[in-house]
Amino acid sequence: MPQKIFLEHTGKADLTQIEHYLKFGGYSSVAKALNTLTPEEVVAEVKKSGLRGRGGAGFSTGMKWSFLDKKSGNPAYLVCNADESEPGTFKDRYLMEFNPHMLLEGMIVSAYALAANTAYIYIRGEYWYLIDILEKAIAQAHAKGFLGKNILGKPYSLEIYVHPGAGAYICGEETALLESLEGKRGNPRIKPPFPAVYGLYGCPTVVNNVETLAAVPWIINNGSAAYATIGIGASTGTKLISACGNVKKRGVYEIELGLPVEEFIFSDEYCGGMANGKKLKACVPGGSSVPVLPAHLLLKTEKGEPRLLTYESLADGGFKTGSMLGSGGFIVYDHEQCMVRNTWNFTRFYRHESCGQCSPCREGTGWMEKILYKIETGKGNMADIDLLWDIQRRIEGNTICPLGDAAAWPVASAIRHFRHEFEWHVTNPAEATKPGAVYNGNLLSVV
Amino acid sequence: MPKVIIDGFEIEVPAGTTILNAARQIGGDLVPPAMCYYSKLKDSGGKCRTCLVKVTKGSNTDPRPMPKLVASCRTVVADGMEVANITSPEVLDARKGVVEFLLINHPLDCPVCDQAGECDLQDLAFEHGSPKTRYEFERRTFEPIDIGDKIKLHMNRCIMCFRCVFLADQLTPERLHGIMNRGDHAEISTYIEKAVDNDFSGNMIDVCPVGALTDRTFRFTSRVWFTNPVLAHRQCNTCCGKTILWMKGDEVLRVSARTTFYGEVEEFICNTCRFEKKNAADWIMEGPADISRHSVIAQNHSHTMQVLKNGVPQYDDSQKPTPKVKSEIE
Repeated sequence: MPQKIFLEHTGKADLTQIEHYLKFGGYSSVAKALNTLTPEEVVAEVKKSGLRGRGGAGFSTGMKWSFLDKKSGNPAYLVCNADESEPGTFKDRYLMEFNPHMLLEGMIVSAYALAANTAYIYIRGEYWYLIDILEKAIAQAHAKGFLGKNILGKPYSLEIYVHPGAGAYICGEETALLESLEGKRGNPRIKPPFPAVYGLYGCPTVVNNVETLAAVPWIINNGSAAYATIGIGASTGTKLISACGNVKKRGVYEIELGLPVEEFIFSDEYCGGMANGKKLKACVPGGSSVPVLPAHLLLKTEKGEPRLLTYESLADGGFKTGSMLGSGGFIVYDHEQCMVRNTWNFTRFYRHESCGQCSPCREGTGWMEKILYKIETGKGNMADIDLLWDIQRRIEGNTICPLGDAAAWPVASAIRHFRHEFEWHVTNPAEATKPGAVYNGNLLSVV
Repeated sequence: MPKVIIDGFEIEVPAGTTILNAARQIGGDLVPPAMCYYSKLKDSGGKCRTCLVKVTKGSNTDPRPMPKLVASCRTVVADGMEVANITSPEVLDARKGVVEFLLINHPLDCPVCDQAGECDLQDLAFEHGSPKTRYEFERRTFEPIDIGDKIKLHMNRCIMCFRCVFLADQLTPERLHGIMNRGDHAEISTYIEKAVDNDFSGNMIDVCPVGALTDRTFRFTSRVWFTNPVLAHRQCNTCCGKTILWMKGDEVLRVSARTTFYGEVEEFICNTCRFEKKNAADWIMEGPADISRHSVIAQNHSHTMQVLKNGVPQYDDSQKPTPKVKSEIE
């Protein structure tokens, strides 16, 4: 049986009730950390475990914590990024809905490690029903003495607050999140300085994803060595993957990093293969921002090795033939789905969500959306495809925050791998714009 | 003091100086253009992305190049840093892209725009833009609105530099305007068209790099290149009273604050000086103003005129940085 960390006990009992959560050994890592470990030892433990940020970037969590400016004399803050808004990603929602105490437990241990006495959960506005669940869980943890003044009789105090956003994707970018948390317009800040030095209210701050924080209790309970044995190479531990698109069994799965992509899609334990007898055409393996991969490059790398669900394997070949693990939003496309329409849809999202602060993203996302709509509706020409390429190239890397890159990559990869389909839209507009039109041209990459 | 090399020119600057300001100390063609950065406004800059440069060597201690192009107005120099601006094709290409992005929704109404001739975007497009647009869709439009009885806001022309917002935040007692909406529909606006009404609000006209905020007392009166800029001052209890009068004959058509070589206001002036004092008799004139611009307005004849003090030409050229022309650098 593959090791499970997040979803081991979900389904056995209502884990939103603290009594049930305690029965499964909940909050034991709080006692262990506060009684036997110093904050520095907790940071060292997390560093050794190889845990990497699960929000998308995959940066070492322990390393991020060690950058926290302890000398400034200002209070430190821990902020949990629960502003999960990436199309295709819904793992944090699942975790918070069914296992909220695990997040709280992870936050208590992490805040202890960072010597933070205030922690915030910045939650996406649309997750209004989760706010109730989390606030009830916080109240229960308070009543049991895991939160508040002098936790478990030790000289350490912590309060956790839930703060809902107002429904902006950009507020998932950590500095925009902090601005929003401060009550300002959610515009990303110009970095440096990084939040570890100048974060919430100008104080040193660590911003971590829900899943990252929720992995901390297991690491403290079982040791970093045990965590590091799960997974392959520098991709340690387990990961929640939210599978959607045209597969038989959509949903949130916990996998050990290193699971082959082919097994994830086709085995009955996970997605169970393609639905409705259709064929696999393409996949976005890490949420809408990461490059889309055609089936042959999804299952095998360019070198012919099987593609694994790890940070390294999915990125193998760079953006030319690879993609990213990202946030684990696994979107699967069958052979009847239109890549042009999909790209247009993604770009529409990025256009809507661009904050409007810096020029390449503000103007470029809108421009790309208009061109893609033009091609999708059969009015495009060949020069438009090259123009799209040119626009995305000039957005990527030239913006304040990664939203510009996130808008550029899907367009770039779609043109790179599915240019023939774009050209088909240009050369056969009548056929391509018919409802339910299926591109049958180049099916080399369909599995 | 850290030493930095920009396009092969070395300069020593105080710690904490940005690449842009270091480049301005060298002067000439290697100075990156800046549409949103304004040295007088705290936190401004980083948004327009026209000043992107390539850091080919981070510093002496960490010689790695920076992975992306950086906004030179917000990146602080480090000792031993090496920067490529006009010597990097990557930077020039990115800048060309930014200019294209800034222009796709900008109306080409220069012929009826008051800012024409002293517009930063015009200069930028002339120097870095393409002769033809590749944008074929309808441009985003807004209705022009009056914010207060003296200022007109043409949101169509706005490039979202945020300068006026920073100005309102930092110079005037209460901020009455800000950014509404987001993305390519973001707009500068007042809350429910409330009038922007305080003593220094007029300065937002001067900080605006384009024709989005214009002086209603000057609108459609004259093209700027037909006026004569004259340095003048008056006794003012609210501000410094040092201004430039834009004159046609004996008529004062417009009053604006004095600007530096890079088009930034030296000292902000009050609305009384700017809007109310339109009589030549209100002012003590010092002589023709040197409008240090590389666009059409610099061709104004008064640029070459010299101030006579006791019969001796006093035109002071020493303040201007020695220009480094592009060919010399390459």
